[in-house]
Amino acid sequence: MKLTPLYGEHKKLVARFGAFGGWYMPISYEGILAEHKACRESAAVFDICHMGEFLFKGEAAELDKAVTQNVSGLGEGKSRYGFLLNDKGGITDDLIIFRISEDEFMIVVNAATAGNDYEALKKLLRKGELSDVSGETAKIDIQGPLSRDVLKGTLGIDVGLKYFNFGHFDVLGERALISRTGYTGELGYEIFINSVKAVELWNRLLGDGRVRPAGLGARDILRLEMGYSLYGNDIDERTTPDEAGLDMFVNYDKDFFGKKELVSLKEQGMRKTKIAFKTEGRRSPRSHYRILREGKDIGGVTSGVFSPVLSCGIGLGFVKPGAVKDGDGITISDGKRVELKGKITEVPFLKDTSLRS
Amino acid sequence: MDIYYTKDHEWIKVEGRSAIMGISAYAVKQLGDITYVELPETGKELTKSDVVCTVESVKAASDIYAPVTAKVTEVNTSLDASPEKMNESPEEEGWIAKLEISSPDDVNGLMTAEKYEEFVKSLG
Repeated sequence: MKLTPLYGEHKKLVARFGAFGGWYMPISYEGILAEHKACRESAAVFDICHMGEFLFKGEAAELDKAVTQNVSGLGEGKSRYGFLLNDKGGITDDLIIFRISEDEFMIVVNAATAGNDYEALKKLLRKGELSDVSGETAKIDIQGPLSRDVLKGTLGIDVGLKYFNFGHFDVLGERALISRTGYTGELGYEIFINSVKAVELWNRLLGDGRVRPAGLGARDILRLEMGYSLYGNDIDERTTPDEAGLDMFVNYDKDFFGKKELVSLKEQGMRKTKIAFKTEGRRSPRSHYRILREGKDIGGVTSGVFSPVLSCGIGLGFVKPGAVKDGDGITISDGKRVELKGKITEVPFLKDTSLRS
Repeated sequence: MDIYYTKDHEWIKVEGRSAIMGISAYAVKQLGDITYVELPETGKELTKSDVVCTVESVKAASDIYAPVTAKVTEVNTSLDASPEKMNESPEEEGWIAKLEISSPDDVNGLMTAEKYEEFVKSLG
């Protein structure tokens, strides 16, 4: 398994590790709930070096043919979420494209899919130059209502970006890309910096007593409280953006790889549809539990956790189209002893976070 | 009161036929933050190795097994509202159930505190 440049720091912090997308990653440090709380109420740092980064030098129109988001219409210093599809209209990966200049882009992809994405993009981008800079790029996220203050205090920079905007800043003598993005639902930043600076940056941020290190365990609860999909759980090659409730990240006014198949699938009607639900009590719904409506199996859970903020179970899943509507009662079952009463609800589960503050 | 442990990381404190059980400090550390405990019913008859209850943490749901054949005489209902007690004090306040042991010989097959400590060390 692969290790990030911060592996030694995690060892010093006595992290608990686990496998994720081919990487040996910190799952938690002092405890998942404490780390979750730090991010919601103060600030938390995450080692996200496992994610992949590609640079593309070329025309926006060329990228537009490869991915679902509108790249040509993206201003410099802005980023946009979207998908790379397969030849069946399914999701090969979800990714964010950053427009650095007129003809220079950074593409940030998931860890487990990075190799596959690179091969697919290499074929799709006939003109221009694609390079994989994952190895030399460290990605450290700082997330939480105090994260702007923390960056000011620890790095002496006033970031002050709008949501999904980014800029280049001098960080520890290195030119770093900082974007106002994240996966937690809080005000936060993702810092992309030369990996030789990873350890120094990590420790500099943790030098602020208001910041806690947080692992992938807390990150999973944080993202699910916002209803964000996780690639491999909630979206995959057999799921279209439409089915996953993410059609707003597809620009149908242009041509892109997989569009024909996606449109054809849309015309035939969705095979399944994503739903979000809450369950009563402190018990956690879990991935692969079944979703029942009036005793009938209508689908399955793809992500589920106990939300510490809401003090109830929350989850995402897929059901047969039309099987339920918002507010309907459901039962979540493990097929054995666990039966949780639930209700279809809208996402985000959490509103009023510091995300857009 | 003598304390014994199982290979599945339950502990049981025994005095005559009365006992109290829970899960070890090592077990709760492995589970991480505990968010829910499905307690057994008082009066439930357990055969050694039966599932006593399920403990849910932020990571997974884990079954807890009966260290001995016994009847449940009392359960720690304070865990309903405060499951985190199991993390904070796994071998005292975080107890799960009080038991009446059917066959006192059952404890002979369990590990003493010293043996359990060695066992945990061997797990790395």
